[in-house]
Amino acid sequence: MAGLARRQLLAAAGGLWLLRPVQATPESLNAALRDFSGGAPLREGRVQLDIAPLVDNGNTVPVSVAVPGVPAEQVLALALFTERNPQSEVVRVQFGPRAGERTMATRMRLATSQQLVAVARLADGSCWMQRVDVIVTLSACLE
Amino acid sequence: MARTLITLPAAVRRDAVFQVRTLLQHPMESGFRVGADGRVLPRDIVRRFRCLYNGELVIEAELSPAIAANPFIEFSVRAVDSGSLLFEWTGDQGFAQREQRPLVVA
Repeated sequence: MAGLARRQLLAAAGGLWLLRPVQATPESLNAALRDFSGGAPLREGRVQLDIAPLVDNGNTVPVSVAVPGVPAEQVLALALFTERNPQSEVVRVQFGPRAGERTMATRMRLATSQQLVAVARLADGSCWMQRVDVIVTLSACLE
Repeated sequence: MARTLITLPAAVRRDAVFQVRTLLQHPMESGFRVGADGRVLPRDIVRRFRCLYNGELVIEAELSPAIAANPFIEFSVRAVDSGSLLFEWTGDQGFAQREQRPLVVA
């Protein structure tokens, strides 16, 4: 009887292992970055990613992206990517002719402590990024 | 119809740049969580958000499961003419919602 329970427990543990959540990898992050930049080289700078460096609750984390010092009409698109959420993509934004400042703010989920990457695509075809490390104490997506 | 909360000034000056904040009531089920019965809950998220100002595009956003429940989006608009702002959300399982807000440009 005890042996059977043990067997059931082991089987259940095996099942749990299979249900382990998928996770983005540095490779999938790089693929997503390449997809957004269209092959243009990504350079550090110009983009400003605002997020609390220490996040209490990963379920809803305020985050904003801006491109200070660049004329508004030069900024075509912004995007935000993560390293260790289930997927690399967070949000992609395209600006139309009626947009004011090229900024965007939203609230996101963070599965664990990781690095975030914000990217801006400018009218001259160049792409700029900023990487920010955040520490998450309570993670999202996995409960 | 899901509830929405849209904040924008009632009246602005021509050429002024103002902030618009939108919040939509939506669970944004990520498709990675497991329900009480042990099965993965199917994904149910808002995929796209769009804002049009008198028919011209302000911003278009492509959302992913990494966006928190009740998606909040804040952006900036340049005032041109009086008219209206149209907000559109579309998502999984046929989700679609449109909201319109008047804007007076002095």
